[in-house]
Order: sequence, then structure tokens, then C-alpha cells
Amino acid sequence: MSDTLAPASSATGSARPAPRGARAWRSPGGRISFLVRPRTLVVCLTLALVSALTLVVSVSVGDYGVPLSAVPAALMGFGERLDVFFVQGVRLPRALTAIGVGAALGIAGAVFQSLSRNALGSPDIIGFTSGAATGAVAAILILGAGRLVVSLGAIAGGMITAAVVYLLAMKNGVQGYRLVLVGIGVSAMLASVRDYLMTRADLTDALGAQIWMIGSLNSRGWAEAAAVWIGLAVLAPVIFAVGQRLRFLELGEDTARGLGVSAQSTQIIALAAASALTGAAIAVAGPIGFVALAAPQLARRLTRTGGTTLAGAALMGAALLVLADLVAMRLMAPTQLPVGVVTAVIGGSYLIWLLYTEWRGGRA
Amino acid sequence: MTDDASTRLNGRDLTLSYDQRVISRDLAVRIPDNSFTVIVGPNACGKSTLLRALSRTLKPARGNVLLDGEVISSYPAKEVARRLGLLPQSSIAPDGIGVADLVARGRFPHQSFLRQWSQQDEAVVAEAMASTGVSALADRSVDELSGGQRQRVWLAMVLAQQTPLLLLDEPTTYLDIAHQMDMLDLCADLHAERGHTLVAVLHDLNHACRYATHLIVMQDGAIVAEGEPATIVTADLVEKVFGLPVRIIPDPETHTPMIVPVDRRGARREHD
Ligand SMILES: Nc1ncnc2c1ncn2[C@@H]1O[C@H](COP(=O)(O)OP(=O)(O)O)[C@@H](O)[C@H]1O
Ligand SMILES: [Mg+2]
Repeated sequence: MSDTLAPASSATGSARPAPRGARAWRSPGGRISFLVRPRTLVVCLTLALVSALTLVVSVSVGDYGVPLSAVPAALMGFGERLDVFFVQGVRLPRALTAIGVGAALGIAGAVFQSLSRNALGSPDIIGFTSGAATGAVAAILILGAGRLVVSLGAIAGGMITAAVVYLLAMKNGVQGYRLVLVGIGVSAMLASVRDYLMTRADLTDALGAQIWMIGSLNSRGWAEAAAVWIGLAVLAPVIFAVGQRLRFLELGEDTARGLGVSAQSTQIIALAAASALTGAAIAVAGPIGFVALAAPQLARRLTRTGGTTLAGAALMGAALLVLADLVAMRLMAPTQLPVGVVTAVIGGSYLIWLLYTEWRGGRA
Repeated sequence: MTDDASTRLNGRDLTLSYDQRVISRDLAVRIPDNSFTVIVGPNACGKSTLLRALSRTLKPARGNVLLDGEVISSYPAKEVARRLGLLPQSSIAPDGIGVADLVARGRFPHQSFLRQWSQQDEAVVAEAMASTGVSALADRSVDELSGGQRQRVWLAMVLAQQTPLLLLDEPTTYLDIAHQMDMLDLCADLHAERGHTLVAVLHDLNHACRYATHLIVMQDGAIVAEGEPATIVTADLVEKVFGLPVRIIPDPETHTPMIVPVDRRGARREHD
């Protein structure tokens, strides 16, 4: 093929009209053209590699160690029976769940932050996570329910809260800061509802609910892995399809409409799909904090695109969570920490750093 | 006077409101083809609201905006964006976005999934940046620019849209006097040499009279006068609309009406 991958500025010489760091790829007739961003590609590939390597390490280490040389065979279901049991039956589904939940949270966080035009506009902050937690706690305490009902309770709680927050924040379109403020208010109210439910519950139920609320991947198996990956398979394409329009909405609604982007349908589709994705993640692993907050911003800083990078956010979320879960499993072995504790420590540091840099930059 | 169907952009029986608050009622507006139309009026009289309705960013509570004879909301969004460009009064540059990235966004209505960055896109973006004088800034981040530079970058983005109709809401705010004149000259060129139809909201009445081929004067959501500046601008009109006593003299450069506020300090002293 005679296709060229030349700097996009080559045609005109003087100015550099191509977006920074991007290269144009054009078919010979010029009918087909794409913009390629090498830096974004490198970042995404690196993050995918980090996830894959962490997965391999995760399935090999543990109280029952499986040598790396035996891992490939065990993954395929060959080799010693105990190796296969731990690698394929226990650790692989858990690692895959971590990657899936991390990716889901990363994408959802990117959407919420883009819609609210605010680095704090993640599902944790705007009330979605709190709504899901309240739904799940209500299911545990009122229905005394098993994991499936708890998951449904979480999804229902999250979706209802998202709808309420959206409606309260909407006035001639969604205003970013209003979404954040309404979300914080609704979260506070939901927290007090949860506290009240806890005081009415018996001790075992309350303890179960408390543990659920930290967020954990302990003893997650193939059923959970399948649930979150099916959620991703259905919802991620919907979100990627409106991804470009989301980046336009970041310019302001009037500007986006002026460029031919229909604002409201984009907002509603993205919000619904991102809410469902968050719901799926929370249903599987509980409300794991900070991944949705930090992953999109870290990805954005690494790729330097000056806008939302959905793929980057997904891969960053996946890498962060699978790494955090490895730490959670091994840090105090044989005691396993809930991964939510680890992400809270990482995420808390990130939040302080974010507020510090924003404050220094005079933007907070 | 020509009838509605003969101009590309017009509005009929428009009632424009935010929630329950009505800004304009039963407004009829016609943008003459190939005109440089300027809208003036006191703060908050509904200039931006009218521009938003004409660009279908605000849906009228009643009435219709017609673009090329069809109701504007009946077109696909991208089709409108290929005919009509809008520079809103305020836009937001995402953190860290580059100048060329932002200008390139203007090509969106001409792009498709398989055609994301054609040679034409590249050439048009280069030209838009050159004509607004921001080529040298191409690699900078928009957040590092001065207000005036930023304003020109936004205009470049709208120019990259390559639309025959351009609606500009206060394109000269944030600009110093020299850049204001550059901006208006650029608009005049677009109008005179390339046959674009321009609609701009301007604050400076003298600029409006100098550059407009068609002036629309608004007050409290209504159009109180429209036509060629030299025929419609009188001291009475300005005093009635802006509540400011003025004298009107011919602009020594262009012989268009020039508005000079009456010196009220002297009058006050006499009363003392
Ligand atoms: N998004 C909005 N929501 C509610 N009211 C608005 C909105 N935008 C403008 N207004 C009100 O509409 C009136 C006209 O505003 P605008 O058209 O922006 O005036 P102008 O551009 O002439 O200064 C003002 O009283 C303003 O407060
Ligand atoms: Mg205005």
C-alpha cells in the first residue's frame, strides 16, 4: 500500500493546522481519512500491557503459588489439577472482574466528568455511588437478600438517584457545577438514610452491609466476571458512539449546537449508559471508590489530548483496579483486604494532589 | 420590500422565552441576503436571545425560524451547521486543548466516520487561522492565551465551518481598539469579497453604523427600527432606546452617522 503516515502539516508547510500531536492517515484517493494520535496509542497500549502483566502475576501468586512457567498451561486448563483450580477457577475470574469493573468505572467517570465539565464530577461525588449503596443496604437490611437482589437494589438505587440529580440539575441544559452541588446534597441525604437503616438492623446484617459498602473483589467468580463484561459489551459501544459528541459538548452547549451536535440527546444517552455501567460495576463489586474519579483525569494528563479520552480512561481504570486488587490480596496476606480500602488510599492521595494543583493553578 | 421566502434566514411570529419568562413576543425578523446585519440595543434587551433563536440553539416558544425556506428545526443538525455558523457570546475551552485542535473542531459538520481529516479540512483550518492572525499560536494551549487571542481563535473555529451565513455574538469584546477594527475589517471582507451573509451583535454604535449594511435596533425584546444606518439612526432614536442624549455628526472617515454623547457635565454645572 502506498498510504502515507505523514505529519498532517506537510501539505501546507507554514502553519500547523492539524491538532497537536496528531497525524493524518489518508487513503490514496483521499476518500478515507483518519487522525491518528501516536501518543494516545502508546499510552493505551502501555496501560493494556500493565493490566495483562498484572493479571498474569495475580493468577500466579498467592498462598498456593503457581510458578509463572506453569501459568499458561493452567490458564488453558492443562497441568496439575490444583494449579488449574486456583488459576482458572479462582484467580482468573477475579482478575478479569477487576479489569472489567475498573474499565466500567473509568468510562463512567469520564462521561460524568465530561457532562459536568468538572474533574470532581465522578459518580462518587455526584451521588450515583451513594444511591447505589443505599439501594443495596436497603436490600440487605430490609429484604435480607442474597447477592443478586443486593445487586439489583444497587442498580435501582443508583439509576433513581442519577435521574433525580439530573432532573434537579437541569435547567436549560445541564450546568456542570449544579450537577456536582446537587449530587453532593443528595449524597448527604442518602448517607443519613443509610445510617438510619443501620440503626434499625440487627448486628450481623449491619456488619454485612458495612463490608459491602467498602467495595471488594474477594471471592468473585465467573458469574461476576460474566456480569460486568456483558455490561461492558453492551454499554461501552453506546458510549463510544457518542464520545465525539461529548467532547464537543465540553465547548459549551451553544457552541456544540452551532457545530451541529444535538446536545440533549447526547447528554441523555451518555448519562443513561454511564449510569447503567456504574450500576453494573457496583452490583458486582460494591461501591469501589476513587477509580472513576482518578482514572479519566490521569488518562487525560498522560495522553495530553485536552479533552476526554474514553479508551484511555477505560484502560487506566482497568490497570488501576487490577493493580490495587493485587496489593489488596498480598499486602497483609493471608488476610485479604477489601480492594476499596486500597483504592481509597490511592484515590485520597490523588484527590489531595488534584485539589493542590488546581488551587495552585488558581482554578479551585 | 421582498417577502419572507426570498431571504435565506428569517423568523416569523417569534415568541422567545426562558422557562416562563418571555423575552420577545411576536417578533418578525428578516436577515437580508448578502448583508452585513448588525444588531444593537441596550444590555439584556434580548440580542443574544434572538441570535440563539436564529441559530436554532434556542427553540422558540411560538413561531418559526426559516432557513432557505424550510423550518430550521426540520433539518438534520449537521446540515444546518454547514449553512449557518454561530459564535456564541461565551464558549468554554477544555483544559489543555490546543489552538489548532479547537479550530479543527469547526470542521465537524463536514466530517464523517470515514472522513475525519481530509486535505480540505487541513487547508480550510490553515486558512481560517491565517485570516484571523492566529497561525503563529497553532501549537499553544488555548488556556495560555489572552482574551483577545482567544476570541480570534473562536472566530477561526467558526470560519473553518465554511458557512455562507455567520452569526456572531459580540465578536469584538475582549479586543483592543486595533484588534476590534481588524475583526470588523475581516467581517467586512467576508461580506464584501466572499458574499457571506453576516449577522453580528455589536456594542459600539459607531462601529455598527460604519460597518452595517443593515442595522437592527432592539429594545425590550422588540425591534424598534431597522434599515440602512444612515436612514434610520437619529438622535431621537438613540435617546429613546438608550436613554442617552446624543448628537449625530457624519463620521469624518466614512460619512456614516457618528454618535457623540451630549456633554452633561456642563449642563449640570449650569443647574448648580
Ligand atoms: N439562559 C437563560 N435563562 C434565563 N434567562 C436568560 C438566559 N439567558 C438570558 N436570559 C435573560 O434574557 C434577557 C435577555 O438576555 P440576552 O438576550 O442575553 O440580552 P443581550 O444579549 O441583549 O444583552 C435578560 O434579561 C437575561 O437575564
Ligand atoms: Mg448578549
